[in-house]
Amino acid sequence: MALQKSTEVNGGICDGTCAAANARTHAGVDAGTSPTGTAEKRIKALLTYPPGAVGKPITYSLVRQFDLWINILHAEIAADKAGRLIMDILGDASDIDRGLAFLEDEGIEYEILNGSALWDEDRCVHCGACTAVCPSHALTLDKNDWSLAFDREKCYLCRLCTRACPVGAMSTPI
Amino acid sequence: MGYKSFDEINEKIRSKKAVVVTAEEIIGIVDEVGVEGAFREVDVVTCGTFSPMCSSGAFLNFGHSDPPIRMSKVWLNDVPACAGLAAVDAYIGATELSESRGMEYGGAHVIEDLIAGKKVRLRATSYGTDCYPRRALEAWITADSINEAYMFNPRNCYQNYGAAANTSDRTIYTYMGTLLPKLGNVNYCTAGELSPLICDPFYRTIGLGSRIFLGGAQGYVAWQGTQNNPSQPRAENGVPIGGAACLALIGDLKQMDPRYIRAAVFEKYGVTMFVGVGTAIPLLDEEMVRHVAVRNRDVKTKIFDYSVARRSKPALAEVSYEELRSGSVQVGSRTIPTAPLSSLKMAREIAQKLKDWIVRGEFELQEPVASLPREGSPQALENYEGE
Ligand code: SF4
Ligand code: SF4
Repeated sequence: MALQKSTEVNGGICDGTCAAANARTHAGVDAGTSPTGTAEKRIKALLTYPPGAVGKPITYSLVRQFDLWINILHAEIAADKAGRLIMDILGDASDIDRGLAFLEDEGIEYEILNGSALWDEDRCVHCGACTAVCPSHALTLDKNDWSLAFDREKCYLCRLCTRACPVGAMSTPI
Repeated sequence: MGYKSFDEINEKIRSKKAVVVTAEEIIGIVDEVGVEGAFREVDVVTCGTFSPMCSSGAFLNFGHSDPPIRMSKVWLNDVPACAGLAAVDAYIGATELSESRGMEYGGAHVIEDLIAGKKVRLRATSYGTDCYPRRALEAWITADSINEAYMFNPRNCYQNYGAAANTSDRTIYTYMGTLLPKLGNVNYCTAGELSPLICDPFYRTIGLGSRIFLGGAQGYVAWQGTQNNPSQPRAENGVPIGGAACLALIGDLKQMDPRYIRAAVFEKYGVTMFVGVGTAIPLLDEEMVRHVAVRNRDVKTKIFDYSVARRSKPALAEVSYEELRSGSVQVGSRTIPTAPLSSLKMAREIAQKLKDWIVRGEFELQEPVASLPREGSPQALENYEGE
């Protein structure tokens, strides 16, 4: 996939529609409190936009219609091509389900990302090649002993490291 | 100014009295006791590097079958080897790709598998001769089941190397790793102040015949490396600014350890091999102390724009290894994150291991039998036809 633009978006503008989403995001995704206080859930999802769907105000709808809190973690978007968006979604479990159903109706494939990438420590040679591409800063080199440090909490399974690692030490659970 | 000879130092190694430190440790010692003090106290400084080095491979001799075959085509785990040698000799190059698995498996993986003691499938064909009638053969081999297996790497151990970035709008995939668009990252690939030829910039102690650490075994410098470029402009301390000299290395694959030789795949580029190399520098005089005590801040290289797919790539900036190691560098008005491709952790482990060998009296220094050239630059290929 030759992307026109491959940018890390963390609370920034991605598909041109998420300014509103980010306004909500900044208000409190880190506080961990749901807007309504009921069965709150937090998921990470990978959205794959088919070509042509990129212009749709998806994030805006998720925020407005389903009252979800959204943080864009990673975006690879091109106007005329397929795109990938990884987002942190926080909200009522039922609202999340409705939001995901809406995505399906809009023809956008999604995948719930569970857990983190897998790091085969024995295979790893601590070269650092993966740290160049990891957008979440889950992968970093320890500045003292120069070994790779993997903060699984930060990982959002974008899979860039699995392709960048020259010795096949990074993989994904699925 | 005093002088210590190779012989004196080897005598100390034999009697287990040699004082050996790594090229990182010597910096602190020079800070503490000065160049003169360090010269008096320390005999040998060890260096290490663990980087992807494409120009690597191994010569193998399989032994003769009955009836015998003059192998003219050879595959190892489906990776073609060069068999244009005597009947059962072949050279497996690290970057050669598998005919069935493509970029996911190549010559470097065959080498790694052999070092790890794994069985490798040998397939050979021939046109048949009166003395070698067999025309085809398949067999399982291991490093121990064949006669010779020695690594011969025509170009390893670069003395410094340019860093890489990408100013274009798309991600590019190179032997310098994944380069993100619009200067998204800078990748670099040497061990800096710990790197063998950065610590001996004029090749005073390393030359043909020097004994080295190669892939966990003892190996030797066989020749100057291909594309040797000692005429690269140098900084005041003598260290070239960017890729300069390099070494051809040889060593017994059967003695190697898979920890120090690792097959690597660079996405959409191909297969290469991480090679662990260590050198031991005798502190012959105070000048050598000054050389080995070089610091990252005094080792400079240039960042090249790999989006320009030409022989000469434009340089975007000149930076020091101290800056590269800090995690980000300044290019114009922008701060760009940096990442190494060469493992400093492994380079340190190699320098440490070599130091232990010397301290235990298991590794003596070999004075070069001939010097490496101090001048020369590679020629370009001209007069080609076609695209
Ligand atoms: S790229 Fe692979 S081998 Fe290198 S540090 Fe990352 S996980 Fe380890
Ligand atoms: S999948 Fe890999 S590159 Fe992506 S966030 Fe996780 S660790 Fe980083």
